Amino acid sequence: MPKLIAFRIAQAIPVMFIVAVLTFLLMHLLPGDPATIIAGDMADQEAIEQVRRDLGLDQPVLVQLWLWITNLVHGDFGRSLMLNQPVAEAVAERLPVTLSLTLVAFAITVPVGIFLGVIAAVWRDTWADSAVMMLALVGVSVPNFWIAILSVILFSVTLGWLPSAGYVPISTSFWGWLSSLIQPAVVLALFQIGYLARMTRSAMLEVLDQDYIRTARAKGVSPRVTIAKHAFRNTLMQVVTVSGYIFSLLIGGSVVIEQIFALPGIGRLLVQAIMARDYPVVQGTMLLLGFAFVFINIVIDLIYAYVDPRVRYD
Amino acid sequence: MTDAAMPSSAADDPPRPSRLRVLARRLWRHRSFRLGAGIVAVIVILALAAPLITNGQPNAMSLRNRFAPPSAEFWFGADNFGRDIFTRVLYGARISLWIGFASAVLAAAGGALVGMASAWFRRLDGVIMRIMDALLAFPAILLAIGINAALGPQVSSVIIALASAYVPRMARIVRAAALVIRELDYVDAARVSGAGARRIIFRHILPNCLAPLLVSVTFVFAYAILAEAALSFLGIGPPPPQPSWGNIIAEGRDYSVEAWWIMLFPGLAISFAALGMNLLGDGLRDVLDPRLKVEA
Amino acid sequence: MLDVQNLSVDFRVDSGWIRSVNGVSFSLAPKASLGIVGESGSGKSVTALSILRLHAQRTTRMSGAIRFDGDDLLRLPERRLREMRGRDIAMIFQDPMHSLNPVLTIGDQIGETLRIHQGLDVAAATRQAVDLLDMVRIPDAARRIADFPHQLSGGMRQRVMIAMAIACRPRLLIADEPTTALDVTVQAQILDLLRDLREDIGMAVILISHDLGLVAEFAERVLVMYAGELVEDAPARTIFESPAHPYSEGLLRAIPSPDEDVHRLYAIPGRIPDPGNRPPGCNFAPRCELAQPACRASEPALEDVAPGHLVRCPVKLAAMEAAR
Repeated sequence: MPKLIAFRIAQAIPVMFIVAVLTFLLMHLLPGDPATIIAGDMADQEAIEQVRRDLGLDQPVLVQLWLWITNLVHGDFGRSLMLNQPVAEAVAERLPVTLSLTLVAFAITVPVGIFLGVIAAVWRDTWADSAVMMLALVGVSVPNFWIAILSVILFSVTLGWLPSAGYVPISTSFWGWLSSLIQPAVVLALFQIGYLARMTRSAMLEVLDQDYIRTARAKGVSPRVTIAKHAFRNTLMQVVTVSGYIFSLLIGGSVVIEQIFALPGIGRLLVQAIMARDYPVVQGTMLLLGFAFVFINIVIDLIYAYVDPRVRYD
Repeated sequence: MTDAAMPSSAADDPPRPSRLRVLARRLWRHRSFRLGAGIVAVIVILALAAPLITNGQPNAMSLRNRFAPPSAEFWFGADNFGRDIFTRVLYGARISLWIGFASAVLAAAGGALVGMASAWFRRLDGVIMRIMDALLAFPAILLAIGINAALGPQVSSVIIALASAYVPRMARIVRAAALVIRELDYVDAARVSGAGARRIIFRHILPNCLAPLLVSVTFVFAYAILAEAALSFLGIGPPPPQPSWGNIIAEGRDYSVEAWWIMLFPGLAISFAALGMNLLGDGLRDVLDPRLKVEA
Repeated sequence: MLDVQNLSVDFRVDSGWIRSVNGVSFSLAPKASLGIVGESGSGKSVTALSILRLHAQRTTRMSGAIRFDGDDLLRLPERRLREMRGRDIAMIFQDPMHSLNPVLTIGDQIGETLRIHQGLDVAAATRQAVDLLDMVRIPDAARRIADFPHQLSGGMRQRVMIAMAIACRPRLLIADEPTTALDVTVQAQILDLLRDLREDIGMAVILISHDLGLVAEFAERVLVMYAGELVEDAPARTIFESPAHPYSEGLLRAIPSPDEDVHRLYAIPGRIPDPGNRPPGCNFAPRCELAQPACRASEPALEDVAPGHLVRCPVKLAAMEAAR
């Protein structure tokens, strides 16, 4: 196992390097000159050039890349142009919000999605199966921001049960925190629940087709135990492999959801930064997200390796 | 005395319909596929026939009719500029469906190229897959936002952005399918008998990658429609006044309580389009995938 | 003890129902050993699976009766049948790699039978499982009990399956191609094991295989199946020395013998018919050297050619009568 961990980490390093390079390159494709934007409408050519030199934008691209990477290694992600604050700080302030949203959504997605998928598989081809699959289909077909708007109209404006915007830090109030997140998290989770339910169903159907399920029946194992013990564990393993992807979908969705519910998270920061051509922030944020995923995938691979006896005892 | 028995020969078997026919028949019998195909067909026809059904002017303003609710004259109501929502939704369909289609097809083409190259040229495989992994480290929509922002607000940049975001996933699927074929004995047999790489790829590997590719295209089409709506909603999609479904929702958002119809109908349109595509994809997958077991 | 009466099994396909097993009847005395032989597609496995009703309920239709100690297994309520599975009648399958659950230890899987049918707790079940591993001759049983299936070799996995099956000392063990997926050297060991266990426990065994040689060596009586029907039912010796049905003869001839000087391996010409496309009259007629017009006209019945020897071939029957 320790060998596996080391191996996975070693594999991830070139990927992270490529992520860094790609992020850097992406931003340099952006049209629009940050120096001009920063200097402002009133600035003359000289002032703009000064800003450019300050930001190091007058250097050749490769030199900029080199500088950026070396800075990264020292933990210096640069300085936000629009916020006038170190990128790392800006991100750190907003991280808890996005993390809260994503984790709550994940906590909703996993049990609900798996539960629905198992029901659909066990009661295959009955009305339960059709109902679950229809629900799942709707989940992956409706645009989450649209549902968000509808949800706000219903639960916030009409019924007044939940806030329509804003984030309450957990340190201020637990219930405040939860109620500010419930709507966004549920709306965010819809797509993933649908995806997970469908995936779990097909994984479980595949498992139920296996010979060892027939062996369990031949031994006289009751249907309930066959499903819960023999089939479920094997299905769960397949689900684990997909949870990284689900997490990435959640973060992707959070970008839009944060906008709608005015949650000051990383997604919102990213969109604002792209509009404002704030290179450092965009680079830093996307890099962070990229690294986060590589890391999450490693963790998930390792969890899977631990859970699957075929990999663990090799 | 006994007669020698005549062994039964294949010529006595009833003629078998072509494989394509069999697949087509199975597809048609599949409920999801029929439903999905129906929904998509209706939407496409409506979109194509937009100039005929409507007055052909999605941007025609009429201040007199500001915020008109759904009625016989304005089937889906009118927005804050008095523009007919029904017309806008239909014209928006043309753009959104085109973007979805083009992105999916482009992603498939790019992914197929990369995936097959990766599967065939062992030495490139490692490098290519690392790059794909790096791209996959970003949620597709983030990549799309980034690339789109880089290229500017136009329909073409949305297409390129979405296609690029989905290429890594397609590449993975194609590579997996190609690797399976490549390991089969008959590919070795073909090589030994002198067939060149190009011939093998096109005659043997490609057909077997087509099925998973086709299924993926339908699902990516659905994602792309949703993604394009999100991009438009964020303001980085096709620029107004050109209507796209996401645009219309964005414009209608501020009036969502009083003039709920502005954002309701485009949202329904997106949902149905994606639903139809997903159903289509389900049907295709159910029929094609199990058949995908390569005949050794 | 076991009395199969006119068992027929149909499977549902797109276009309707297809008959896979047609009117099979045989009986088995306690502690007896029976072999069922046939090519793939002959219906032998389907027949075996029917005894414990292991087919998928929605897509399978079974008719006839399977009497075990008087109860008709086909009509027994599911709960009662479940009690019998693993306790009175046990089954082992062809591919031990896929027939064992990869995420559970073998101790857990063997102990499960004991926990269900004998109400033992985990510790007691595990202890007995170790004893069972010893019985099936797995070395170092106490350590192996915590292993996972992938950590064992093919032969050992099959022994584990056997251990699972005999845990509750069943009266009948059904072995569906238990050695087909194993090396030849291991095959003999497994069969020896089965033979010894059968004596120790006093259970009846049904051995299913496509290998006539294997079956004839192991079983006291042999059933030969072709295209879903029973074509011959005879003592093992008879099948080996003087088979009556042309198909049985063909199977026998197909066994390569080390002391023959053969230029070409014998294979019965033709192919087994498609279940949806069976020929009119005798199923075997298209491939049979002795076939006559009457064979294609009407379906032959299973008849006595000698006491304890049934055959489904009127041509052969007539020939043997004439010879007397």
